[in-house]
Amino acid sequence: MNLSLNRIKSQNQMTNIYIGSALLILSILDVFLNSFFRINISGSLPGNLSIFFPLILGFLGLSYLRTEYSGYKFLDSLNKNINTTNFNAFLTLFITFAILKAFPPALSWMVLDANISGDTKEACTGTGACWTYIKVWFKRFMYGMYPNELHWRINSAFLLVIGLGFVGYFFKENLKKYLALYYVVIYPIIAFLIIYYLISGGAFGLVWVETGAWGGLSLTFIVSFFCLIFCFPLGMILALGRRSNLPAIRYISVGYIEFWRGVPLITVLFMSSVMFPMFLPQDFFMDKLVRVIIAITLFEAAYCAEVIRGGLQALPRGQYDAAKSLGMGYWKMHIFVILPQALKLVIPGIANTFLALVKDTPLIFVVGLAEIAGMLALAKTNPKWLGFAMEGYIFAAIIFWIICYAMSKYSYNLEEKYKTER
Amino acid sequence: MNNKIKRILPQLLTILFVVFVFGFFTINAQVNMDNRGIDFGFGFLSQEASFDMQFTLLDYDGQDSYLWAYVVALLNTLLVSFLGIIFCTILGVIIGIARLSQNFLIKNSAAWYVEFFRNIPLLLQIFFWYYAALRALPLPENAQPWFGVTYMTIKGYYIPSMIWENLNVFMSCLIAAIVAIIFIRIYAKKIQEREGKQLPVLYISLALITILPLLSFLIGGVTLDFEMPVLKQLAQTSFIFEGGIALPPELIALVLALSLYTSTFVAECVRAGIQGISKGQKEAAASVGLTPNQILKLVIMPQALRIIIPPTTNQYLNLTKNSSLAAAIAYPDLVLVFAGTALMQTGKAIEIVGITMLTYLSISLAIAALMNWYNKRIEIKEK
Repeated sequence: MNLSLNRIKSQNQMTNIYIGSALLILSILDVFLNSFFRINISGSLPGNLSIFFPLILGFLGLSYLRTEYSGYKFLDSLNKNINTTNFNAFLTLFITFAILKAFPPALSWMVLDANISGDTKEACTGTGACWTYIKVWFKRFMYGMYPNELHWRINSAFLLVIGLGFVGYFFKENLKKYLALYYVVIYPIIAFLIIYYLISGGAFGLVWVETGAWGGLSLTFIVSFFCLIFCFPLGMILALGRRSNLPAIRYISVGYIEFWRGVPLITVLFMSSVMFPMFLPQDFFMDKLVRVIIAITLFEAAYCAEVIRGGLQALPRGQYDAAKSLGMGYWKMHIFVILPQALKLVIPGIANTFLALVKDTPLIFVVGLAEIAGMLALAKTNPKWLGFAMEGYIFAAIIFWIICYAMSKYSYNLEEKYKTER
Repeated sequence: MNNKIKRILPQLLTILFVVFVFGFFTINAQVNMDNRGIDFGFGFLSQEASFDMQFTLLDYDGQDSYLWAYVVALLNTLLVSFLGIIFCTILGVIIGIARLSQNFLIKNSAAWYVEFFRNIPLLLQIFFWYYAALRALPLPENAQPWFGVTYMTIKGYYIPSMIWENLNVFMSCLIAAIVAIIFIRIYAKKIQEREGKQLPVLYISLALITILPLLSFLIGGVTLDFEMPVLKQLAQTSFIFEGGIALPPELIALVLALSLYTSTFVAECVRAGIQGISKGQKEAAASVGLTPNQILKLVIMPQALRIIIPPTTNQYLNLTKNSSLAAAIAYPDLVLVFAGTALMQTGKAIEIVGITMLTYLSISLAIAALMNWYNKRIEIKEK
C-alpha cells in the first residue's frame, strides 16, 4: 500500500518534472531565438500575448518543477536557489529574460558591429561603436596635451613611484622599524621629487613642460597621489587635535573638520581658482594645479581625520593607561603606542578615502584642468570627431570602473585580514 | 605650575597660528582688492542680476536682483536634491533587500548593480547620461508618447500640468485628514495600553486620507484639469511642445545619475541594517506570539531603522553636496548661477564663494544637528 502510493507519487512527480522542464526550456528558447536570431516562435499569437508568452510559459514550468525533493542534484539546487516561491520564480524569469534581451544589442554595439580600423571618422561605417575614435585619441586621454615624444617621462615617473612603493616589502629585518618612517616621510618626499623633476622637467637637461599641458588619466593619478600623501599627515594632526583635552586645540580641529566636510568639493575648487589668488601676496604666483592640489588636500584631510579618529577611538582605554603608567608623555605615548596600532586599524578606511579621492578627481575639470573628463569634452567637440560622446564616456567609465573596483576589492580584503588578526 | 604651562602653551601657539593665517589672508585680500579697485561688501545683492536662467521654479527674469537669483538657484539645487533623495531611497531599499534575497540570480544582480554604479565617478555618470544617453532620444516631432500623455524628447521630458481650482480647500482637507490620523493613532495607542484592544488604525487612516480629499471635490468645489503638452511647429523643421511641464534634460540627467549613484550606498546601508539584527530577535518575537506583521513592525523595523537611518542621512547629505556637479552640465543650480555667472559679472569672488560655501555648510550642519538629536532619541537606554 505504502509502496504503491510512493510510486504513484513519484510517477506524478516525474511527469511534473518533464512538463515543467519542457515549458521552461521552451520559454527560454523563445526569448533566446527572439533576441539573438530575431526568430519569433510566438509571433502568431495576438499582440500583447506574444510579449508575455515566454513569461507565462516559464512561470508555469517553474511551478511544475517546484518539489521538495527530487533526487536530481541540479533540479534541487535550482529549486533551492531560484525557485522557492511563485514570486521568486517570477523575479528569476524576469531577470533571466532581461539579461537575454539586453545582451545581444550590447554585444553587437560593442563588438560585432563596431569598428576599430583606420585613423579617421570615415573608417567608422558600422552601426556599432566607433573604437577608432578611442584608438586615435588614446594618447590624449592618457597624457593630455603632454608632448608625444616625452610620454616616456610620465611612464617612467609612475613606474619609479610604484616601484619605490614596493621597496618596503624588501626591507631587512633590522630595518623594519624604519618602515613607518619610510612610508610617511621619506617616500612622499622622493615621490614628489621624482614626479616634479621628471614630469615637469626644467633640470637635468629635461625640457620644461607647463602644467597646462598635463592632463588625461595621468593627471588624475598625479593629483590623487599628491593629495593622498599630503592629506594623511594633516589628517593625523587634526584627528589628534580633535581628541585632545586642550579646549582651544579641540575646537579649532572640530571647526576645521566640520567646515570642510560640510561643503561640496566643487565649491572648494572654485575657491582655489578664484578666491585663493586674492588671499596670496601680490606678485606671488602659484600654479593652478598646485592650488587645486592644495585645495583638495585641505578638503580630503578632514575626511582622513575622521577615519583616523575612528581608529584612535577603537583602541581600548587600557592602551592609553598602560602607556601613561610607564611614564610616557603625550608624544611618546602616541608615537610609540597609540598611532602604530590605530593606523593599522584605519588602513582599510584610508583605502576607502583614497578611492573616494580618485572618484572625485575628475571634478578638477570644472576649473579647467584637462584630466580625463576634460580631454573627453575636448575630443567630443572636435569638429573632425563629432558624435562619439557615447564611446568616449563608456571608455572612461570602463577605465575608472576597473581601477575603483580593484581598489575597493583590495580595501575589502584588507578589512577582512585585519578583522581576523585582531 | 609646570603643568599649567604645558596646558596653556600649545593652545596659545595654535590660536596664534590660526590668527596669523587669517590675518595674513585678510591683509593680502585687502591689498589685492585695493589694487584692483574692488571693495568688499554685500551691496551687490540688491543690484539687477541681468542674466537669464534656463529653468526656474519661481518667476525670475533678468531684472530681478542677485538676491532673488540666489533664492531661485538655491531652490533649483533643493529640487534636484529632493528628487534624487526620493528616487535613491526607493531604488536603494529595493536593491538592499534584493541583496539579501535567497534567490541566487536576484542576489547577484543586485550585488553587480551596486558594484557597477558605485565604482564609476559621478561626474562621468552625469556626462554619460547628459551627453550620450539623453542625446540619443528622438526629436519632439518624432517622439512617441509614454503612458499616452508624456513625451520623452531630446529637449526634455514633457508631462501634463495640473490646473487646480480652489486648491486651498483641497489642501486644507488633506491637512485635516493628516491631523485626524495623528489623533486617531494616539487614541488607539491609549486604548491599547488601557484595555489591550487594537483598533484597525491602518484602514481608518486609509479611509480618511481618501475620503476627505474626495469630499472636497464633490462638495468643496475643487476641480482638477490637466493641461496636455501639445506639439507645435515653429518653423519648417523646428518643433516644440507647448503646455504642461517641461523637465529639462539637465535635470533628468542629474537626477538619474545622482539617484543611481547614491542608491548603491543607500542599498549598502539598508543591507547592513537588516543584517545587523540577530535572528534571535525574530524568533523571540515569534515565540511570544506576535504575528509576522507585528514582528516586522514592532521588533525588526525599529531596530533596523536605528542602524539604517544615520548612515543613510549621511548619504542624503552627500547627494545634496554632489548635486553641485550640476554646474558641469549647465543646470542652473546654486554653484552655476551664483558661483559661476554672478561671480563673473560682479567679480566679488570672496563674498560669492563665501556665501555659496556657507549655504552648503548650513544645510550640512542643520542636518547633522537633526541627526544628533535623532540619535540621542533612539539610543538604546542601557542601565
